[in-house]
Amino acid sequence: MKLTIRVWRQKNEADKGRLAEYPIDGIEPDMSFLEMMDLLNEELIGKGEDPVAFDHDCREGICGMCSMAIDGVPHGPEKATTTCQLYMRHFKDGDTITVEPWRAAAFPVVKDLVVDRSAFDRIIQSGGYVSAPTGSAPEAGSTPIPHEDASKAFDAATCIGCGACVAACPNASAMLFTAAKVTHLGLMPQGQPERYQRVTAMVEQMDAEGFGGCTNTGVCHTVCPKGIPLETIGRMNGDILKALRP
Amino acid sequence: MAVTGIVFLLFLVAHAFGNLKVFYGRADYNTYAAWLRTMGSPAIPHRLALTILEIVLVLCVLLHIGSAVELALRARRARPIGYAGGRPKQSYASRTMRVGAILVVLFVIYHLLDLTFRVANPKGIAGDPYDNVVADFSNPFVTIFYVVCLIVIGLHIRHGVWSALQTLGRSNARRERSINIFAIAFSVVLIAAFLAVPFGVVIGVVH
Ligand code: HEM
Ligand code: FES
Repeated sequence: MKLTIRVWRQKNEADKGRLAEYPIDGIEPDMSFLEMMDLLNEELIGKGEDPVAFDHDCREGICGMCSMAIDGVPHGPEKATTTCQLYMRHFKDGDTITVEPWRAAAFPVVKDLVVDRSAFDRIIQSGGYVSAPTGSAPEAGSTPIPHEDASKAFDAATCIGCGACVAACPNASAMLFTAAKVTHLGLMPQGQPERYQRVTAMVEQMDAEGFGGCTNTGVCHTVCPKGIPLETIGRMNGDILKALRP
Repeated sequence: MAVTGIVFLLFLVAHAFGNLKVFYGRADYNTYAAWLRTMGSPAIPHRLALTILEIVLVLCVLLHIGSAVELALRARRARPIGYAGGRPKQSYASRTMRVGAILVVLFVIYHLLDLTFRVANPKGIAGDPYDNVVADFSNPFVTIFYVVCLIVIGLHIRHGVWSALQTLGRSNARRERSINIFAIAFSVVLIAAFLAVPFGVVIGVVH
């Protein structure tokens, strides 16, 4: 396959950045999108140019590093798929593909496609934990949890913190991410002691980081590589209202 | 946004019911309009209930628009640079909330000048809203404007109902589908009730 890649080049946070166009040939349909980017970088290095910086780690869809907006859609056109699990067979020979970093003031560009997502870490630090005794593992089954709660909490816990929800949201809101964390802990008996304090602290931190406000467009869920359900946002809103009640 | 939006919805349901009285003829309709002013009489002064309703609506309009502007400004600050490559799929109703709202505001201003203050009405007879409404929808331009605005308002409500229930924490995975079906059904029925009036005038049932 032969493609034209328009990719965002930005030297550092202060640089204004621009889209650069690279024709690239010899792409196999069974290459992943990241392998295609590797191929492009090999060519750039061969020509003595600076390779395109992008985040990646596991390349198996579980770490959440591979942040790329492909034709304006975080992680590209396939549903519930990370960029590293997106294959070139989903594109047509001769296509022009635009690749941009997550666009959000709270995720400043470090270089090219790499953004700084520590805003998410600070949201987690503000309340995304449970106080638990450390030491030996507790007896399995000592805390009974209804099956439905366990599976709902697990659905929320599959969030890999990639930031696609923020990148896709027309408001650049971090509601789905925060709601996933609040739901995953708030549904568990272990998460009850800090439940309302947690939701307040995490939402305050989310706002302080400069994310936008949620208008329930649902785009976050549409692009989420883990398909985090929108109901997490409803649950978080319910908890906020309870926390606000005197 | 959610609470003030629900106040508008309650008002609109009452307003749509009131409007349908137009099909009972001039006398019933005008008596109903007069009753709006004498509600609760003689226990409470003339026009007090209506005035309170108007104050509540104005407050809600200010809060609703204020929050909307704040959200739009926050969104702009949160994404200083947009995407050049396209955008993800988004429902038409949610995508047009902000643009649509501008038309809704213009509509309400025109509508008040038309039927409440009667300065923009072709007839503008005080105490005869029936004649004023008929005069409106005897003019094709006014009718088309009303119809277009009502459809835009319907889209606004379709997303608004869902969004308000989600914001108030009323939604969950099991209810999400029903809430969305309810939002669509509610907006379609409500707007159909409003559209019945211009339709009635155009086909000559109301004259
Ligand atoms: C075909 C559709 C509609 C018709 C025929 C209609 C008719 C009327 C009439 C006759 C009045 C004056 C009542 C009186 O003073 O006795 C009125 C008032 C009003 N209408 Fe409508 N209306 C329609 C749709 C709407 C919509 C969609 C909205 C809001 C988005 C709206 C908002 C209002 C408001 C705020 C008032 C003023 C209430 C007050 O002064 O207390 N109307 N309408
Ligand atoms: S590289 Fe780990 S999810 Fe894509």
